[in-house]
Amino acid sequence: MKVLVPVKRVIDYNVKVRVKADQTGVDLANVKMSMNPFDEIAVEEAVRLKEKGKASEVIAVSIGPAQASETIRTALAMGADRGILVKTEGEVEPLAVAKILKAICDAEKPGLVIAGKQAIDDDAGQTGQMLAALNGWPQATFAHRLELGETSAKVEREIDGGLQTVEVRLPAVVTTDLRLNEPRYASLPNIMKAKKKPIDEKTPADYGVDVTPRLKVLKVSEPPKRQGGVKVKTVDEFLAKLREAGVL
Amino acid sequence: MATLVIAEHDNKLLKDATAKTVTAASQLGTGVHVLVAGHNCGAVAEAAAKLAGVEKVIVADDALYLKPLAETMETLILSLAGKYDAILASATTNGKNILPRVAAKLDTPQISEIIKVVTPDTFERPIYAGNAIQTVQAGAGKKVISVRTTAFKPAEPTGSAAIEKVAAARDPGTSKFLGEELSKSERPELTSAKIVIAGGRGMQSAENFKLLEKIADKLRAAVGASRAAVDAGFVPNDYQVGQTGKVVAPDLYIAVGISGAIQHLAGMKDSKVIAAINKDEEAPIFQIADVGLVADLFLAIREMEEKLTELGT
Repeated sequence: MKVLVPVKRVIDYNVKVRVKADQTGVDLANVKMSMNPFDEIAVEEAVRLKEKGKASEVIAVSIGPAQASETIRTALAMGADRGILVKTEGEVEPLAVAKILKAICDAEKPGLVIAGKQAIDDDAGQTGQMLAALNGWPQATFAHRLELGETSAKVEREIDGGLQTVEVRLPAVVTTDLRLNEPRYASLPNIMKAKKKPIDEKTPADYGVDVTPRLKVLKVSEPPKRQGGVKVKTVDEFLAKLREAGVL
Repeated sequence: MATLVIAEHDNKLLKDATAKTVTAASQLGTGVHVLVAGHNCGAVAEAAAKLAGVEKVIVADDALYLKPLAETMETLILSLAGKYDAILASATTNGKNILPRVAAKLDTPQISEIIKVVTPDTFERPIYAGNAIQTVQAGAGKKVISVRTTAFKPAEPTGSAAIEKVAAARDPGTSKFLGEELSKSERPELTSAKIVIAGGRGMQSAENFKLLEKIADKLRAAVGASRAAVDAGFVPNDYQVGQTGKVVAPDLYIAVGISGAIQHLAGMKDSKVIAAINKDEEAPIFQIADVGLVADLFLAIREMEEKLTELGT
């Protein structure tokens, strides 16, 4: 069974994000970019399925600028077999991403799509569920444990208050939560090997998808800043301050 | 036209999250209807009917919805969607699971986790873990919106809406609920507690977290944790507060042994009062804490527990 993994190029999670002075967005100039951490978990899970003989091929797809090919290379170095880069400019909304992924699913016929539960840039958390709906497939979001069978998958999901187990018929979409696995670091030989793996270049037009944003971003602003308050040295002072604030 | 709110409940109790989402829905300026999909969920429907601003409660009471799955909820909501120009759900794991399916099928972009209704078609939402706030305007067509409930006050239980029954929608039959394991705790729920006491990597072990639990019991507080503490295996993941965990905004948030990574702050910086205990005076948490105690946290929390016992707080 083929496994498709969408990967997104985002600002590295360690970078302190700065809002542009003209409020049109955040400053991406000379900022370190990486693969969305939840997508790394998705790649890792797919590669493990391949290593266990449950997946025949792992395909990494990225929808983004030309540099998103680096993100695909990262996935290839972790063990994905080939990549598809759908080149776009500017922001692409999750619904448009899901439509492109649906067209790729129609062409590639994967048995499973493993996606990150959210991207840490727009924090939308929509793409996997939208893709499942457009495909008419079931989904298992926020996966904590995945057990892949021939025709169905059993997934433990992280929900508010605990864990839920569902069984979904294949093909299906699974989205990853943090505790699904710990992604590997690509070894140098694998990074070298990844350079030879194929990446197909496409455009949204190849899939007949219009990626024009449907929502209008009026501005991006700084959140209200919190000021630090007092520092104290003893528990008594600490409790006294909290009583003063009326919260104890 | 009206706004439809998807209720969050466990077939017995309506969650506070729904009362807050109703407040956001009321700000869209049209009537608010609440959909309660469950099984033997009459009490939930009655609670929803009492929320101020709700004009109608629609109940789909069927075994199919005992544990609603995204697939079954999708067909039910779509069967009703024609009558609404906006569909809202709380940004809980349940709402996040269901809502994008509905948006995709309606071919409308979803607006996730709004924190403010600026005008009925313009909303504020946090991006980059709350390090930036995006103001976004919806286009023509239906709006599908998830609501960050910590940003809205709950609607008061002062109303009396009509309750209408609807039949179950088609079961796509592609998914099955097998079971769930919910953490059993006498303490309040993390996202609705008035006081949260959270531990970080500085707690050093699962054993030490019990010290926080003792204080939590005295304060009737919920216990939370940073991702570092969860990753270290001190506590389960549903304790996690932050960008990739839960977002909380209690009256008092006490961060113990938490350095204050931006991803953690994303989950708690809207708390009314933030208190921090850390031995590192330079820890970033102190830059946003209203009250900071620079001390060895183990000595401090033991002393705190004694003092709270003496006072019978």
